[in-house]
Amino acid sequence: MAKIIGGVTSSHIPAIGNAISQNLTQEPYWKRFFDGYQPAKSWLEEAKPDVVVVVYNDHGLNFFLDKIPTFAIGCADQYHNADEGWGLKPVAPFTGNAALSWHIAESFIAQEFDICTCQEMLVDHGLVNPMRALFGDQEPWPVQVIPLVINTVQHPVPSAKRCLKLGQALKVALESYPEDLRVVVIGTGGMSHQLQGERAGLIDVEFDLECIDKIATDPEWLTQMSNTEIIRRAGTEGIETIMWLVMRGALEQKCNVIHKHYHAPISNTGAGVLVLENQ
Amino acid sequence: MNWKKHDYDDIPGTYVFDGQRAHPAYALNKLLYTFNQQQNRDAFDADPAAYCDQLGLNAELKEAVVQQDFMKMLRLGANIYYLAKMAVPRGMSVQDIGAAFQQITTPEFQQKLAEKGHNLSAKLETKGDYWHG
Repeated sequence: MAKIIGGVTSSHIPAIGNAISQNLTQEPYWKRFFDGYQPAKSWLEEAKPDVVVVVYNDHGLNFFLDKIPTFAIGCADQYHNADEGWGLKPVAPFTGNAALSWHIAESFIAQEFDICTCQEMLVDHGLVNPMRALFGDQEPWPVQVIPLVINTVQHPVPSAKRCLKLGQALKVALESYPEDLRVVVIGTGGMSHQLQGERAGLIDVEFDLECIDKIATDPEWLTQMSNTEIIRRAGTEGIETIMWLVMRGALEQKCNVIHKHYHAPISNTGAGVLVLENQ
Repeated sequence: MNWKKHDYDDIPGTYVFDGQRAHPAYALNKLLYTFNQQQNRDAFDADPAAYCDQLGLNAELKEAVVQQDFMKMLRLGANIYYLAKMAVPRGMSVQDIGAAFQQITTPEFQQKLAEKGHNLSAKLETKGDYWHG
């Protein structure tokens, strides 16, 4: 049986990739942000997951706006990163686990989450940057990766409540997989930020801290908010924080809080790292 | 066409990217999406107006693109992540675009961001269970 060891969250802002590539992680602007990842990295080293499920949104690399699945899962042996238009050098490819991906897809659909299956999938900074921040640049990467893509870009996007339920379905899927695998679920994105319009630059530290605290102990709290309420508080791009609930739903209701880290601003964003461990 | 009203329409300074925005700007976002490839960025740089024609932009969209007017493109329905594909290769950051949206300088925009983190360490210490290094 696959076992879910725990969950981790991370921002996935492009600037993280630039900072790592340009060796800026110990510069004054970045030091506190990256140093706060160390306990999460140590926990992952000790937890030794075989597979990570990375929950993120694509920003126009694999999916253009012609076809936007609300939920999509990579079902391939390998996932490549590629040019997103910003001159970032693509990182080493990620090894998938096709049999597990298809098992999850079957389980999701049996649980009435009619997910889009992708036999080819480019992975963008939404997946790559949390992997780089949490594992460091490695070739090959030390874990298998399953990309789970949530549409948070083109509305209508799914609700926070639906994301928590998707996570609960992911738990059922993983725990019914016959192979003994150690799995960590990584929820990415957020926290509060708005990149567009006259309200660009919005960050709401109070909201972010409440999200971190509540997602750890009372995730239903965020599911009571509509997407409009979340956008009002956390910004149009801050809606990404709902993806943390997919991670949270995959864990036990009560789990140990291993690590909480928050930094703002970093680039245009409030950024949080939360490490939760199943008891 | 009769577009449905939404409860997010009244959020000030905010352009929620929904069908009503995505539909009329489809050709514009498609043009911006092509900038994932270097050869397309080069083709655009060689002749922006011709590139817009090739991608089927109407006159209004084309004007905004050729002028590289980010606020205008946003108002016409460009998605911010796709706008970044045009801005970043030109040496502009999303903070430069944010400053342009507010008609302030980038240092002023960055200063406003920095103020959001004011007293953060003290705030986190009162909460007790956050990492402090």
